[in-house]
Amino acid sequence: MSPDATMIIARGLTKRFEDRVAVAGIDIDVRAGEIFGFLGPNGAGKSSTMRMIGCVSPPSGGTLRILGMDAHREGPAIRARLGVVPQEDQLDWELTVRENLLVYARYFGISRSVARRRADELLEFVQLADRANEKVDALSGGMRRRLTIARALVNEPRIVLLDEPTTGLDPQARHLVWERLFRLKQRGVTLVLTTHYMDEAEQLCDRLVVMDGGSIVAEGSPRELLERYCTREVVELRFGLDAPLAELADKVTDLAERVEVLPDRLLLYVPDGDTTLPALHDRNLTPTSVLVRRGTLEDVFLHLTGRTLVD
Amino acid sequence: MWVSRIATGSGAVLERNYMVHRRGLIAFLSGFCEPVFFLFSLGMGMGALVGHITLPDGRVVEYAVFVAPAMLAVSAMNGAVAECVFNVYSKLKYMKLYDAVLNTPVTPMGIVLGEIAWALLRGGIYGAAFLALMALMGLTPSAWAFLALPGVVLIGWTFAALSMAGTTFIRSWQDYDVVATLSFLMFMFSATFTPLETYPEWVQLLIQATPLYHGVTLLRGLTTGAVSFGLLIHVAYLIAVAVVSLIVTAYRMGRALQR
Repeated sequence: MSPDATMIIARGLTKRFEDRVAVAGIDIDVRAGEIFGFLGPNGAGKSSTMRMIGCVSPPSGGTLRILGMDAHREGPAIRARLGVVPQEDQLDWELTVRENLLVYARYFGISRSVARRRADELLEFVQLADRANEKVDALSGGMRRRLTIARALVNEPRIVLLDEPTTGLDPQARHLVWERLFRLKQRGVTLVLTTHYMDEAEQLCDRLVVMDGGSIVAEGSPRELLERYCTREVVELRFGLDAPLAELADKVTDLAERVEVLPDRLLLYVPDGDTTLPALHDRNLTPTSVLVRRGTLEDVFLHLTGRTLVD
Repeated sequence: MWVSRIATGSGAVLERNYMVHRRGLIAFLSGFCEPVFFLFSLGMGMGALVGHITLPDGRVVEYAVFVAPAMLAVSAMNGAVAECVFNVYSKLKYMKLYDAVLNTPVTPMGIVLGEIAWALLRGGIYGAAFLALMALMGLTPSAWAFLALPGVVLIGWTFAALSMAGTTFIRSWQDYDVVATLSFLMFMFSATFTPLETYPEWVQLLIQATPLYHGVTLLRGLTTGAVSFGLLIHVAYLIAVAVVSLIVTAYRMGRALQR
């Protein structure tokens, strides 16, 4: 397979459950060796899409080809070359850390001797070699996550699917996971992940799609999305309690590319915050606090998917 | 291709269970003790009261000879139910073990067959030990008794498959009471302690519908030497229940996990 080959191709991919449409006809191309991200609020269809790519959930419509094979007809053959890190770790609580890897390798039909060698290598890779003979419930959340990642690599997969790989982890554990995932990318493994964390997406993803209500609402590299949907800087203005924010917003609309009124503050999307501040002063606006910051992927995300809670 | 895939998958599931249980040898051995206790308390204790009993073919045997093959069948049933209801339910719903397994090339049928193979292996070891004990105690008057071992494995297979099929319908731990009640009813009324003919005719029909009755009658025929082609009816019944249950289980498990 050539290096820039497409690992996953979805066209009009749809998932319907009895009473609702989880994925409403999406098109995706994941290239070899990249880290591809699915962003979106809860219920946007990310996990349903991941389960279809993982060949554990048959698509209700559209086509899905993975590694050149048809996801619906060649599920087992595709799964043989995928690594999966599910949202819940789903580790085997009756086995030790090392046995979890050994048994998982056997599910792939890997011989015992190869399984033993890979288990030891992978425990080194995720820094769990010293916990090899402990039961899984003795591990911290971060360690379990690393073990789940090691388990996903036991068959030396071409593609690894990670559903919210760092949710619930402390910052140290998150950074360790990111670093290991990046190392996998350097080895040429294609990674597909879902996340709620914008910093994670910015750190890791070469390209990403933002999903909302089962559809893709934006697509591109983090930088492209920032350029397309956000300004370089954002000025956050806070006023006293009961300040008429909507009226205040009218006074500044011409100063920014876009003004957003939040319950407690105004956001001015501007190319350069420092030139905006004197203009505010000229208009006799007296905010109680002013913050100039860079536009982030989080701004893009909230702009695209809205600020209201989805569930 | 799919045959070797199922074989690899069920082999790995079997291996996983072995890995877990080689540490819990005591718990493993305890499964052997239950039917032995029944044999002593009911076979010997009640046998002293009952004395002798007439078999369907007219022969008169000690009560223990009559009840021992039934205990053998019950042990095969209990072992399979314990393994394929309790253990499988917790793997399915609590440990989410099968979700992880289905991310590999293993299919639902591979999981089902692997779990059943394990239950059979376990039940087969218990059955062989119990049968040896019966022989030592002189409770196997016929040489046909050696066929009781494959008979035990067949009963184990039927109940393992039936239990797994039932497990896919279980909604919560409360439903266990139903499982416990059903298996206790079968334990009491499957011509285990008294001949079928002692019941009223309509009860006899109910009893003949239960798989344990067919298991008990099959093993009793073999260990007492009342062998006829009629025994094949029991074999056919047990196989039919097992095959239907297997298909139902793999279908329902696939639908629950691969939706």
